[in-house]
Amino acid sequence: MNADLIIALPEITLLALACLVLIVDAFSKDPLHLLTYWTTQATLLVVLALVLYYFPGNAQIAFNGSFVSDSMSAILKAFMCGISFVVFLYSHEYLKEHKSLKGEYFVLGLFAVLGMMIMASAYSLLSVYLGLELLSLSLYAMVAMQRDSKTAPEAAMKYFVLGAIASGMLLYGISMIYGLTGSLDLLTIAERINVDDANHAFLVYGMIFLIIGIAFKLGAAPFHMWVPDVYQGAPTSVTLFISTAPKLAAFAMAMRVLVDGLMPLVSDWQSILMILAVLSMATGNIIAIAQTNMKRMLAYSTIAHVGFLFLGLIAGTTSGFSGSMFYIISYALMSMGAFGMIILLGRNGFEADMLEDFKGLSERSPWFAFVMLCIMFSMAGVPPFLGFWSKWFVLKELVASGFVELAAIAVLFSIIGAYYYLRIIKLMYFDKPDSMTAIKSSKQMRFVLSVNGVLILALGLAPNMLMSLCLVALAG
Amino acid sequence: MTLNSLPILSILIWTPIIGGIWALIAGDRQEQTVKYFSFAVSVITFIFSVILYCQFDPSYAGMQFIEESDWIKAFDIKYHLGVDGIALPLIMLTSFTTILVILAAWEVIEKHISYYMCAFLILTGLMNGVFVALDAILFYVYWEAMLIPMFLIIGIWGGPNRVYATIKFFLYTFLGSVFMLVAFLYLYSVAGSFNIEALHDVPLTLTAQKFIFVAFFLAFAVKIPMWPVHTWLPDAHVEAPTGGSVILAAIMLKMGGYGFLRFSLPITPDASLFFDDAMIILSLIAIVYIGFVALVQEDMKKLIAYSSISHMGFVTLGFFIPFSIVAASGSSAGAIMGMEGAMMQMISHGFISAAMFLCVGVMYDRMHSRMIKDYGGVVNSMPYFAAFMMLFAMANAGLPGTSGFVGEFLVILSSFEASFWIAFTAAMTLILGAAYTLWMYKRVVFGEVTKESVAELKDINGREAFILFLLAVVVLTFGIWPAPIFEVMHASVEQLIEHVLQPKIL
Repeated sequence: MNADLIIALPEITLLALACLVLIVDAFSKDPLHLLTYWTTQATLLVVLALVLYYFPGNAQIAFNGSFVSDSMSAILKAFMCGISFVVFLYSHEYLKEHKSLKGEYFVLGLFAVLGMMIMASAYSLLSVYLGLELLSLSLYAMVAMQRDSKTAPEAAMKYFVLGAIASGMLLYGISMIYGLTGSLDLLTIAERINVDDANHAFLVYGMIFLIIGIAFKLGAAPFHMWVPDVYQGAPTSVTLFISTAPKLAAFAMAMRVLVDGLMPLVSDWQSILMILAVLSMATGNIIAIAQTNMKRMLAYSTIAHVGFLFLGLIAGTTSGFSGSMFYIISYALMSMGAFGMIILLGRNGFEADMLEDFKGLSERSPWFAFVMLCIMFSMAGVPPFLGFWSKWFVLKELVASGFVELAAIAVLFSIIGAYYYLRIIKLMYFDKPDSMTAIKSSKQMRFVLSVNGVLILALGLAPNMLMSLCLVALAG
Repeated sequence: MTLNSLPILSILIWTPIIGGIWALIAGDRQEQTVKYFSFAVSVITFIFSVILYCQFDPSYAGMQFIEESDWIKAFDIKYHLGVDGIALPLIMLTSFTTILVILAAWEVIEKHISYYMCAFLILTGLMNGVFVALDAILFYVYWEAMLIPMFLIIGIWGGPNRVYATIKFFLYTFLGSVFMLVAFLYLYSVAGSFNIEALHDVPLTLTAQKFIFVAFFLAFAVKIPMWPVHTWLPDAHVEAPTGGSVILAAIMLKMGGYGFLRFSLPITPDASLFFDDAMIILSLIAIVYIGFVALVQEDMKKLIAYSSISHMGFVTLGFFIPFSIVAASGSSAGAIMGMEGAMMQMISHGFISAAMFLCVGVMYDRMHSRMIKDYGGVVNSMPYFAAFMMLFAMANAGLPGTSGFVGEFLVILSSFEASFWIAFTAAMTLILGAAYTLWMYKRVVFGEVTKESVAELKDINGREAFILFLLAVVVLTFGIWPAPIFEVMHASVEQLIEHVLQPKIL
């Protein structure tokens, strides 16, 4: 077989199986779409196995330099598949409960995963863009899927229009860079920037548009406007999806474009990211305090977390990038748990997405209140939970690169952030429940959510493995 | 395995934590079992701390019982424990107080007793961890993790305004601590290690030291607490359940003091010298001004909370006076005395404040009021209780013969060597302390019984008498014979003073 095809084998398999799932679903008459669901999950497992089996020792480049498989992409892909597996498990439960189960959901989801995987492996601006659009278009459709809902189509519309503008910005930036360097290939771009200083201002000009595109996809302030509306308006299962795996892809995109392609301009993008980071941490943490809707609050918390993610990139060292990678993986795990909790508490078309719905949870279900407690303390960055180490790692690299003041600003904002996480714990533990309705959900969902919570604690007690993994991923 | 080869420090940390988790799993259905089990765990922990004390070599100033293994290999963060003469008395205090707290909760806590026991046991383990951690990040993890159980204790079992108090407590202490984390990270970027002992020896520029000192100050001054960052304490104390107040006053405040000794002074000695006057002035403000504030309180718990802040002023005074003493007298003998006095004050205040809060708890359980005006003439219905409380009130006022006297006396005595006026101002506490404590005692305990509810009060039962008796014994013993405490810490304090007086400017 052609060597190029082997390198891209997980993606090719995913594409083929996603098409198969589409056909399977077209002929399925099952209202629960069980066959579709299980083939989707099997697809993800197969792809996961392929990613791990073909784990690249060193970077392998394919398709004339537009596609790369290295340890960073492999690790991110593995997490994307694993996280999407859990997301689909929750989604099936959620859609069944809300009577909006459609087979296309899973097919679109698989295409979104394909888009993410391409983004993780993209080595030229063109493949970055292709992966991004494949992901975004699938997500727009997924948000819009609940046609009868009042909020979902509005959210989808907003997401689509703003997303299209961001894509336009990105394309404009790509064209600028292409015009100045004569290449779309990230490695070639990096080489040509080295020798050419005359066009520096124009390069920075093009780079700014690229950064806007990345910031939009990650949801960094001031390009965050879509985040709260989409998070709140979309069906919770889709919000869960958007807030987890695609963040890994957006991180990969930032890494590819800024580090692999534009590393020679590091001091320029550092200062831009610094502004974005501080703005994101400020906006996210402060506005989140005023929210009464859980999904909206978590949306603002995402914005704040993205600010922290940028800090690792600002450090500008390999271990700083590892810190960011660790951060985004931890964040995806925490976010998965938090939205999983909202799905768990909802039932029969009722969305438990208001803060009050968490009132007195410790009386209704001590175990899941504890799981949520772990997630919230973890998001606030309190040891011994995973979220502490992700903040610690990023801050450590930031300080090591000499940005002590920035680290001080970051911790200040994380204290403001702690307030609204504490409020959830207050609602769960210090308040009386409005009703004692038992929590109704399937065994799988309870099991996976419990594992999620325990994982956040366990990885907090022993973060060494995940840290080493992230360090190795970017070292080689 | 012989007794010597036991990883005794790990046992002190993990016995209560694992015990706490078990209590949680056992749940509220087996209430009695959980209570006896938790009591047993706390006693076992205390026994281990006694073993630690017996095996401790007081002549050696450095770390003993060292345990070291990799924790996060990627960044050379170690599970590194050790104990010296400064930490040992605090560990003893922690494990002793835990027994009292568990006994005090026996019939009082009606809601979720298993959660309650679990929270306190885990808290004990974490507090022991703070005192024995020798890796800065390990220390930080214990230090912060401790907030979680305390946050829940105040929030779940606290008074009517508990939510405000507990969130204020959490955010306040969190605010202080995160800057300490940044300081640790900076130190790592300079020294390449998180080992606390290695950090003691790393030379730093004066500017860097000043920034680090301020970061540490934010963490420890909030915790201890010093004026003007003390405002969380009265709220937290008032709203916390009795056990929570006891742990807060007896141990958590001491962590601030411990932090100054373990981090601020040895890591940034030159900045400590630089900020010396400011620290002394803040301490004196705490002693005098907060003493006056305590005088006007109408809520007993609030009064004791303010008296704690005032007493902690002595601790910070004792820690930062050595520079002035050496500058004035040229010898470090007085400096050692001052610092040992401050250490003694920490330990003694642990017992006395615990006792005072337990006394208020005893009355609160019967009357459900903490206001002084709701009482009066308690001695008529609760004579035994009144006798115990008399002793503790006297100790709080610093009466000779009680442990409260020893620490204060040594600090005042040593500060004479620095300056008469510092000593004079500090000595005002002897008047103020007596005034606010005894005046409260008079209003609550003596006088005519004017309220029917007071006349119907039942005197303390066997369990309460036992708790207060234990504390009374300790307060009197260390008042008359404080040598056991001084002996273990002398070598370590001496070494610390020697280290602190060496400039280490880069």
